Amino acid sequence: MSELILGFWNGLWPEARLVLTSLFWVLVIMVPLIVAVGFYTLVERKVIGYIQGRVGPNRVGFHGTFQWLADVLKLVLKEFVIPANANRFLFVIAPIISLVPAFSAWAAVPFADGIVLADINAALLYILALTGMGVYGVIIAGWASNSKYAFLGAMRSAAQMVAYEIAMGFALVGVLMAAKSLNLGDIVRAQEGSIFHWYWLPLFPLFLVYFISGVAETNRAPFDVAEGESEIVAGFHVEYSGTGFAVFFLAEYANMILVSALSVVFFLGGWLNPFAGVPWLEDVTAGVPGMVWFFAKMAIFIYAFLWFRATFPRYRYDQIMRLGWKVFIPVTIFWLVVMGLFIVMNWPWINLGFTVLGISIVLILLGRFAGSKTPVTT
Amino acid sequence: MRDIQGYTMNFGPQHPAAHGVLRLVLEMEGEVIRAIDPHIGLLHRATEKLAEQRIFNQSIGYMDRLDYVSMMVNEHAYVMAIEKLLGITPPPRALWIRTMYDELTRITNHLMWLGAHGLDIGAMTVFLYCFREREDIMDMYEAVSGARMHASYYRPGGVYRDLPDRMPQYQPSKFRSKKELDKLNEARSGTLLDFIEDFIDRFPKAVDEYETLLTDNRIWKQRTVGIGVVSPERALNLGFSGPMLRGSGIAWDLRKKQPYAMYDQVDFDIPVGTNGDCYDRYLVRVEEMRQSARIVKQCVQWLRANPGPVMLDDHKITPPRRVEMKGDMESLIHHFKLATEGYIVPEGEVYAAVEQPKGEFGIYLVSDGANKPYRIKIRASGFAHLAAIDEICRGHMLADLVSVIGTLDIVFGEIDR
Repeated sequence: MSELILGFWNGLWPEARLVLTSLFWVLVIMVPLIVAVGFYTLVERKVIGYIQGRVGPNRVGFHGTFQWLADVLKLVLKEFVIPANANRFLFVIAPIISLVPAFSAWAAVPFADGIVLADINAALLYILALTGMGVYGVIIAGWASNSKYAFLGAMRSAAQMVAYEIAMGFALVGVLMAAKSLNLGDIVRAQEGSIFHWYWLPLFPLFLVYFISGVAETNRAPFDVAEGESEIVAGFHVEYSGTGFAVFFLAEYANMILVSALSVVFFLGGWLNPFAGVPWLEDVTAGVPGMVWFFAKMAIFIYAFLWFRATFPRYRYDQIMRLGWKVFIPVTIFWLVVMGLFIVMNWPWINLGFTVLGISIVLILLGRFAGSKTPVTT
Repeated sequence: MRDIQGYTMNFGPQHPAAHGVLRLVLEMEGEVIRAIDPHIGLLHRATEKLAEQRIFNQSIGYMDRLDYVSMMVNEHAYVMAIEKLLGITPPPRALWIRTMYDELTRITNHLMWLGAHGLDIGAMTVFLYCFREREDIMDMYEAVSGARMHASYYRPGGVYRDLPDRMPQYQPSKFRSKKELDKLNEARSGTLLDFIEDFIDRFPKAVDEYETLLTDNRIWKQRTVGIGVVSPERALNLGFSGPMLRGSGIAWDLRKKQPYAMYDQVDFDIPVGTNGDCYDRYLVRVEEMRQSARIVKQCVQWLRANPGPVMLDDHKITPPRRVEMKGDMESLIHHFKLATEGYIVPEGEVYAAVEQPKGEFGIYLVSDGANKPYRIKIRASGFAHLAAIDEICRGHMLADLVSVIGTLDIVFGEIDR
C-alpha cells in the first residue's frame, strides 16, 4: 500500500509535487488556525464574562468548551439571505475578500526558527500588502448591501484604514531600520540577546502605535466604529446572515490572531527565549521549543484584545481619525528620526532601550506626584 | 460644483440604542445630523383613558408601567394626588417607607440608566456591574411587595404592608455550591432593613467602581464633554426637569422646593452641573445615587427606631385586615365595598408632582365625585426631554446622538403612556 502511494508520488511531475506539499503545509497551518478562531470566540466570551462578573457560556460541553462548535453549526445551517436590491455578485464575494488576506498572510509568519511556510525576503511588504487588502472586503460588503447603515460602516472603515495603515507602515519602517531586513525570520534573529534586546523597548513608541493600529485595523473595540453596535447596528455586515456572517467573523478573529502574531515577531522577539541572559533560568528553559514561547507571547496580545473590549468605551469616528493622523503619525515620524540618529552615530539599540526605560520611569513618577483631581460638580 | 445631497435615515424602532421603541427620522449629511424628527406612540397603551374606566386603586398598577424603571415613584405621584383630594395624610411610618423606596427606586433607575448609557457609548462592562447592584434592589422590591418590578406597593392611605421581618433566601440548586449559597444568603439572613442597610453600606464602593471605569476615562470624556450642551435658559424654556435641568446648573429639585413625604426631614444635597453637557449630566446622576444612598440610610435608622401603623385605619378608604374580616361583619362589608365599587373621591381637581429619577412626574387628577377619576393627565418628564432632541443634536455626529439619547434617560413607557 505504502509502496503504491510512494510510487504514485514519485511518478508525479515535480511541479505537481510542489503544489501538493504546499497544499499539505497550508492545511497544517489553516486547520489549527480555524480551530483557534473557534476557541478564540469561546475564550472571548469567557474572559469578558469573568471580567464582568458572569460565567459566560457553560452549557455545551464541559464549561462550554464546544460552544464555538455549536455556534458554527448554527451559523452554517442558517439561511444566507441576499437582500433584494443588493449587488449579488459583490455581496457574495465580499466576505471571501476579507477572509483570504487574513489567512494568506500567515504564510510568511515564522512560528519558530526556520518553521515558516514561505521564507520570502520581502515578507514585511507582503504582509503589509495583504493586511491592506482586508479592508476591501469591508468596503465592498458595505457597498453591495445597499443599506445606509452598512454604507456608513464601510465609509468609516475605509477612512480609518487609510489613517492607521500609514501609522502602521511607519512603525514597521522602524522595525525595518533596526533589523535591516524585510525577512521576518531575520527580524526575529536581529532581536537576539536578552529581553531588553527585543524591539519593544528601544522601539517602544512604535510598538504601542503598531499594536493600537492593529486593534484599529481589525475593527475591534475601542475602534469598532465600522460595526459600532449602538450607532449603526452592525455596520458593514448588518445585512449578512448565516455563512456570510460567519466568514466575516472568521476573518475578524483570524486577523486579531495575525496582528498578535506579528506584534510578537516584530517587537517581542518571536520564538526567542525571554530568559536569555538570565543566569539560572536560561539553562532551565533551554529545552523549551521556540514555538511555545511564540504562542505564549501571542497569548498576551490575544488577551489584550479582549481586555480592551471589556474596558473601553467606543471612540467617535472623527476622534479615531484625529488619533491616527495627529498623534500616531507624528509620534512614529519622530521616533524614526531618533532611530536615524542612532544609526548614523552607530550606537547600539540597547542604549536607546535603556533611555526609553529611564524616561518612562521619570514620567510615571511625575504622574504619581502630579496626580490630577476630578472636578466635583456638587 | 455639484450639489451634495443629504439623506434620510431611520434610527429605530428596532435599534440597539433606541431604548425601547424610539424611532428617529434623521436628516443626515454624511456623519453629521442636520435634523431629527422623533416619532412617538409605538408604546401607546392609553393609560390615561384606561384609568377613567377603573376605580382609583385599580390604576395604581398602571402607574408602575409608565416609567417601568422607576416604578414606585410613579405610584407615589398618583397616590399623592388621590390623598390630596381625599384630604388624608398617611401615618408617618408609611411616609418614611415611601421616602426610602423612592430613593431606592432612584438608585435602580440611575443604575439602569448608567448601564445603558455606558453600553451605548461602548463600555459594556459598566452595564453588568450596574445590574449586579440593581438585582439587590429588585430583591428589596420583591421582599416588600412580592413583585420585582411592578410593585403596586403604595396605596392611598399608606403602603400595602409593613416591611417584612425576613428576606427570601436563595434555594440550593445544582448550579450553586453550598459555599456560594451561604455567601448570597448571608446578607439576606436578617430583616429587610438589615438587608437594605447592608446594601447601602456597600453601595458607595460600587459607585466608585463604576466611576473608575468611566469618570476619568479619556475616551468617555471625549465622547461626553461638550456634547449636547443645553444652556440654563434653554433648559428652562424647553420644560426640562430633573437631572437634565440640574446638569445645566439650575438647582431645581421638588424634593427640596416642594417637599413631600418625609423629604423635609432628611439631609441631602442636590448636585448641579456647570456646562450642561452629557458629562455633567452623567456626574449629576452619579452623585444623585450617592445622595440617595444617604437618604436611605437615614430612613433605615428612623424606621428601625419607630414601629407603627403603615396604613390609615379609615376603612372607608383602606381595606380592613384579613383577620378582622373573618369575624367582624362591618369589616367584611368594608372589604366588599372596597373591592367592588372602591371609594368615592370628592369633586375637585388636583395636581400632585414628585421628583422622579428622570424629572418632574406629575398627575393631574379631576374627580366628579364618582368612584373613578373623571380625567387623569400624566406629566411625564421624558416627553419634554425627547422633544428637545432635535435642538440638542443638530450639527452633532451620529455617534453623539447616541450619547445624547443616553443622557436624556428616556423610557418609552412614560413618553407614549
